[in-house]
Amino acid sequence: MVRNDYIPFSSEILEVIKHTDIEYTFRMAFRGDVKPGQFFEVSIPKYGEAPISVSGIGDGFVDLTIRRVGKVTNEVFEHYVGDRLLMRGPYGNGFDLENYKGKELIIIAGGTGVSPVRGVISYFAEHADERKDMTLIAGFKSVKDLLFKDDFPYWREKMNVILTLDSGEETTEHKIGLVTKYIPDLKLQDVSKAVAIVVGPPAMMRFSVKGLLERGFREENIWISHERKMCCGLGKCGHCKVNDTYICLDGPVFNYTKGKTLID
Amino acid sequence: MGFHVNESQFDAWLTEQQKTYDIYAPKCFAGGNTFSDVDCIRYGKVNSISKIVFDQKSEYSFKEVLTPISQTLFFFTEEQCKEADPPKKGAIIFLRSCDLHALKRLDDMYLHNGPADYYYKRIRDNIKIVLIGCKHSFESCFCVSMGTNISENYDMSINVADGVYELNCKDVTWNQFFLDLGASRHLVVPDQVHENKTVVKIPVNLTADVARSSMWEQYNKRCINCGRCNFVCPTCTCFTMQDLYYTENAKVGERRRVWASCMVDGFTDVAGGGSYRKKNGERMRFKVLHKVLDYKQRNGYHMCVGCGRCDDICPEYISFSHCVNKLGDAMKEVTK
Ligand SMILES: Cc1cc2nc3c(=O)[nH]c(=O)nc-3n(C[C@H](O)[C@H](O)[C@H](O)COP(=O)(O)OP(=O)(O)OC[C@H]3O[C@@H](n4cnc5c(N)ncnc54)[C@H](O)[C@@H]3O)c2cc1C
Ligand code: SF4
Ligand code: SF4
Ligand code: FES
Repeated sequence: MVRNDYIPFSSEILEVIKHTDIEYTFRMAFRGDVKPGQFFEVSIPKYGEAPISVSGIGDGFVDLTIRRVGKVTNEVFEHYVGDRLLMRGPYGNGFDLENYKGKELIIIAGGTGVSPVRGVISYFAEHADERKDMTLIAGFKSVKDLLFKDDFPYWREKMNVILTLDSGEETTEHKIGLVTKYIPDLKLQDVSKAVAIVVGPPAMMRFSVKGLLERGFREENIWISHERKMCCGLGKCGHCKVNDTYICLDGPVFNYTKGKTLID
Repeated sequence: MGFHVNESQFDAWLTEQQKTYDIYAPKCFAGGNTFSDVDCIRYGKVNSISKIVFDQKSEYSFKEVLTPISQTLFFFTEEQCKEADPPKKGAIIFLRSCDLHALKRLDDMYLHNGPADYYYKRIRDNIKIVLIGCKHSFESCFCVSMGTNISENYDMSINVADGVYELNCKDVTWNQFFLDLGASRHLVVPDQVHENKTVVKIPVNLTADVARSSMWEQYNKRCINCGRCNFVCPTCTCFTMQDLYYTENAKVGERRRVWASCMVDGFTDVAGGGSYRKKNGERMRFKVLHKVLDYKQRNGYHMCVGCGRCDDICPEYISFSHCVNKLGDAMKEVTK
């Protein structure tokens, strides 16, 4: 018999980490295989479902970092530790760490785009011997919008971190300017072999990839993650389709050689 | 086996089948047209062959039997989610050759594009097909162009001739039923058409570059993004999830999926006001290229089956087949 993929399971909120007024990480009870870059459909009866990336993976839990923007996500914020949310998944391909092992790695992430790559950053922070030099360029709008503040000190110990804000005053902690500003000065040993991951709002991804290509990165060494409307996560509802590609099945992570061909 | 049967013999078979199956066939719903009070031919349950409309093409396809317009997936109570019950009976579906080819497309989408769909599969496993032969093609049909004019994978076929129904039956128990009835045996081949008035040519050099052509702009104003072309299409499968509550405060309700259309506003809307393909011309391009280009890139054969229903239903007289026939020039435009 075919499994019923539509019926969600109920998962307890183990912990809530508040980053900003509208962005919290919900640590959800979960056991099973899951990769960074994959996502769950989180739902609340009566309000509906929303696709949410895995921002952290641990023993018996997954982290979901949720931005409160509408019907479902507002209602999620009415829930707290000990309450339960409905979930189904994980869905999507996620990041394949093998693509980055043994290589110079650049990760460029903007805003909530840090969520899906947080697992990749953490992995290569803890397993620095499994890659060459690593640089993280993380951009947020302002000090108020900073996510994963507690991760940065550890990340700074393990890799080159450029934390930048769109506006405000420069401090020892962060610079001012868009993420793209730091691409031309990236110190690279061999750009022809270096790999990069770019995740964030569409315009940010477009300009960052452009910057990387201008630096001499090869298209096949760049990965991006796409977002589209999704109602099923199972390759059925059609909302996420672009050309012959279903973002929920074939993505959301794409090598740039494929990602660049998608015309909405 | 081939048989010739009369109305009462056929109805005896229908009556017998109704013990285990619901019988779905095109029938006339008086005043049931969506945008005026003229009659509408669409699928419904029948209990007598006299109710089946054979001389016209149904405006809507058979797909609602397998993928209902609105389908309850499960019920919520405060404590749990309870799966909705399947239909009590299996289904016998009367359909034409183009639609039987459309069933293959539904199967590939629901059973093979990602994990198999539980709700589709549990209906699909219990259907039988009666192929309605086509003696003539209708005005808008282009099944020959799409290679869908001939079908073999039916359980029984039916041709409507003067006063008799000619059957070609592949189901062993049904054969026995007609033999027991004393139906006369004949050689029967399902009626099929070998040419259509409408001919469609999909350029062999078609690529997604055609998106850059100016041809799509004419649809920005002409198309009113009503989505009827998607709803009548036997191969369109998109849906949206919807939660429904019986009363405002109650903790009980259900999650459904309902038909969705890539032509209609909201299909790509994401939180915060973002949306893709805002112009109707872009939506037309997305739909047309799905039917005659990118479905094939994914599945190896074209999605469109040439039933022509989208041309018949469009309130703005936009013709899909004309549009496809313009793709050749559009490719010249973008490659020059
Ligand atoms: C693969 C993927 C990963 C995501 N990861 C995260 C994440 O980690 N954290 C986070 O806060 N948000 C994430 N989003 C965006 C999040 O899904 C939307 O913000 C959420 O669906 C908004 O739902 P809502 O009901 O609160 O908003 P509303 O504005 O009330 O409703 C938006 C409607 O669009 C639907 N929708 C479907 N897909 C999307 C989408 N991609 N973007 C926006 N709306 C969508 C919603 O289900 C809902 O029906 C992700 C989206 C995708 C596709
Ligand atoms: S498209 Fe072909 S198979 Fe379909 S109704 Fe018309 S003639 Fe019959
Ligand atoms: S092409 Fe015609 S039927 Fe389809 S959405 Fe546009 S106006 Fe409606
Ligand atoms: S989310 Fe439904 S097909 Fe991709």
